Amino acid sequence: MSAVAATAAEKAVPTFYVKDEHDHAEGSSTMLGFWIYLMSDCLIFAILFAVYGVLGTNYAAGPAPKDLFDLSLVAVNTTMLLLSSITYGFAMLTMEKNRVAATQAWLAVTGLFGLAFLSIELYEFVHMIHEGATPQRSGFLSAFFTLVGTHGLHVTFGIVWLVTLMMQVGQRGLIAANRRRLMCLSMFWHFLDVVWIGVFTFVYLMGMLR
Amino acid sequence: MAVPQPVETTFLFGRLTWQAFPLHEPILVATFAVVALGGVALLATLTWFRLWGYLWREWFTSVDHKKIGIMYMVLGLIMLLRGFADAIMMRLQQAMAFNGSEGYLNAHHYDQIFTAHGVIMIFFVAMPLVTGLMNYVVPLQIGARDVSFPFLNNFSFWMTVGGAVLVMASLFVGEFAQTGWLAYPPLSNIGYSPWVGVDYYIWGLQVAGVGTTLSGINLICTIIKMRAPGMSLMKMPVFTWTSLCTNVLIVASFPVLTAVLALLSLDRYVGTNFFTNDFGGNPMMYVNLIWIWGHPEVYILILPLFGVFSEVTSTFSGKKLFGYTSMVYATVVITVLSYLVWLHHFFTMGSGASVNSFFGITTMIISIPTGAKIFNWLFTMYRGRIRFELPMMWTVAFMLTFTVGGMTGVLLAVPPADFVLHNSLFLVAHFHNVIIGGVLFGLFAGIAYWWPKAFGFKLDPFWGKVSFWCWVVGFWLAFMPLYILGLMGVTRRMRVFDDPSLQIWFIIAGLGAALIAVGIAAMLLQFFVSIMRREKLVDETGDPWDGRTLEWSTSSPPPAYNFAFTPVIHDNDAWWDMKKRGYSRPLSGYRPIHMPSNTGTGVILAGLSTVIGFALVWYIWWLAAVGFFALLVTAIGHTFNYHRDFHIPAEEVTRTEEARTELLAARS
Repeated sequence: MSAVAATAAEKAVPTFYVKDEHDHAEGSSTMLGFWIYLMSDCLIFAILFAVYGVLGTNYAAGPAPKDLFDLSLVAVNTTMLLLSSITYGFAMLTMEKNRVAATQAWLAVTGLFGLAFLSIELYEFVHMIHEGATPQRSGFLSAFFTLVGTHGLHVTFGIVWLVTLMMQVGQRGLIAANRRRLMCLSMFWHFLDVVWIGVFTFVYLMGMLR
Repeated sequence: MAVPQPVETTFLFGRLTWQAFPLHEPILVATFAVVALGGVALLATLTWFRLWGYLWREWFTSVDHKKIGIMYMVLGLIMLLRGFADAIMMRLQQAMAFNGSEGYLNAHHYDQIFTAHGVIMIFFVAMPLVTGLMNYVVPLQIGARDVSFPFLNNFSFWMTVGGAVLVMASLFVGEFAQTGWLAYPPLSNIGYSPWVGVDYYIWGLQVAGVGTTLSGINLICTIIKMRAPGMSLMKMPVFTWTSLCTNVLIVASFPVLTAVLALLSLDRYVGTNFFTNDFGGNPMMYVNLIWIWGHPEVYILILPLFGVFSEVTSTFSGKKLFGYTSMVYATVVITVLSYLVWLHHFFTMGSGASVNSFFGITTMIISIPTGAKIFNWLFTMYRGRIRFELPMMWTVAFMLTFTVGGMTGVLLAVPPADFVLHNSLFLVAHFHNVIIGGVLFGLFAGIAYWWPKAFGFKLDPFWGKVSFWCWVVGFWLAFMPLYILGLMGVTRRMRVFDDPSLQIWFIIAGLGAALIAVGIAAMLLQFFVSIMRREKLVDETGDPWDGRTLEWSTSSPPPAYNFAFTPVIHDNDAWWDMKKRGYSRPLSGYRPIHMPSNTGTGVILAGLSTVIGFALVWYIWWLAAVGFFALLVTAIGHTFNYHRDFHIPAEEVTRTEEARTELLAARS
């Protein structure tokens, strides 16, 4: 094609393709994808909350929230989880400053708070089961153990993920891929925090009012 | 309290014993013999032709959305044969079991068949076929090179296969659920379904459900993030739009299914009281929850096919789609409304007149956007130069059939009428009318339409038309009698009948099913004949139908990278616009193309999930624990691999594109 013809053609024909490589940068969809995943997970919690809403007063002549819940214990528990969210925030701030060791340290602190949360929750479960308030006892307890337990399971996986990321940050430093992963875990961790606020309010506080 | 019954279990095999193999059922033994022989023959052929390495490298581990799409279609078609075998067995049983005859199926077997038929047809036929179509077509239509998360795509596919494997395994090891396709408690609770049937159901669907949810997330991201420059939302092809809405529905409804099945499994395994009759459980909560998933599921299935019909009508009428904007809004409205109608599946629950009226009215409102779509297709055809090729024939058959199904749906939406027709064969006829007449006809239209794109040659029209007429006539013959029977008050899922005057209708329905069987055979023959005559049916242009959207701008089959240069879009019929305004294919200046690498991790993870599912069904706790640990290690191990992509070198792109240039030059 001669140069003249090309210019004439370009005038009549708009651009129909990108001459340069049109690359979608690696991980450019990750944040959106992770958000959508979180929302789908949120829906699972929504169902569990709804189920609790329906069954929450079906005690079947068994124990009720007032007989079982120890609000001061739950308050300590909630504090652990909230503190873990704050320390995760610090981990992200140090990540921004590219300080590998400090990031890892804050992640470790976050993990420890997470473990403390889980331990207290397990203690509470064992205590309740010991008193005969098992998940099999009534619709209320089935819904309670499932809702709170599912949240606890999420925190457990969050900790496994956290340890994995600490290793990966140790191996490769704060490269783009690792930053993206830390960001995803951050959203996951804070999401669990938000869900816990719902659990604390809806299950524990409102339960004590009944 | 429904505590699991004490069952004989051993450490090594859980409750799996020799009694689990149904050697006393001659039908199953014969089926097993045929499947085993066929399987051995297939494996032998693959080994003989040394195809294992090729299949593993090029297909099973592939992250190419086109190959994954084709694998989904293969899975769906294979499972169609299984689901249809169930259908024809039911038709035969119901046509026989009169005048004191018990038919040839005992109750235990028959109940499994109607459950398996529903589960397989929805989850392992319609879903894979729809997902396969979206997987194949959407990235091409938006000018992308692959989906957003190619590895996840491969994993999703194998999870769907894993679910199908579990359901198929139940045929020969143990039993399947006898509860109907949605497994309502208390029937599905451990007290009334103590053995493995419902557990197969639960784990089959859980494994497949993970795949479906992830593939939904993947396709949403693909459509939002990977569109070619210039393609604003309102310039997307209608099929892409309907796919987007479908995947939004998937992500916003499948978690509900996951949660509700998890609760059911807790009831069965742990003895909780979610859906029990006593200790504060509430079985109707299950019915509500499962339909909060179940009704959007109906639209998950049909919406992409509305997209197919839009593409087909516009292409084969040689016109722009009539009312593109209204089509998009109608799709979005259906997406939203699909969450507001679930209660119409159980008006008889007794929720009262106000609640029933609300759900009856929302249900009727859905027919408005759907009707708008039908009119849009009709106006697209109006004064168009219609070419009655196979996809267009399926589309016209759809419009006639689906409209009838839609009208019986509106009839069922009237609560007082529903009280009479609830659980009757009228309902069975209605949903087959919309699923076969809408989803399946749409899939067949889509397969005939995009086959040349996927394989580079058209489908043989003769056998396609034989299949078409057998399917369409067979459908009407098979299901109109069920409407009549339903109006006479015959309920669904019956195994034997007392009233001899009903028999003639069941015989007619059986003949219809036989005709559909011929239709399926003709379709398989069509694939076979077309592959044999592929030289004669070849399409070298990449655009055999004078198409309008981007997928027709590249070669057939498209290269691994889809487009050598990313297209720029100016119109919602992008390729039509390019052809009209004198686009010429770029012949030089190729660059290396960034692509994702294949990986076997998806196969391994899904395989482990299937093993875990099997172990949980049979209470083989050690195997479930080992499997879970292996799953965790593999998944975490996979995240330590940071090199998941490569570049196709510019020379290779040049070679591929120049071969096409020569091919096109030789034609003209």
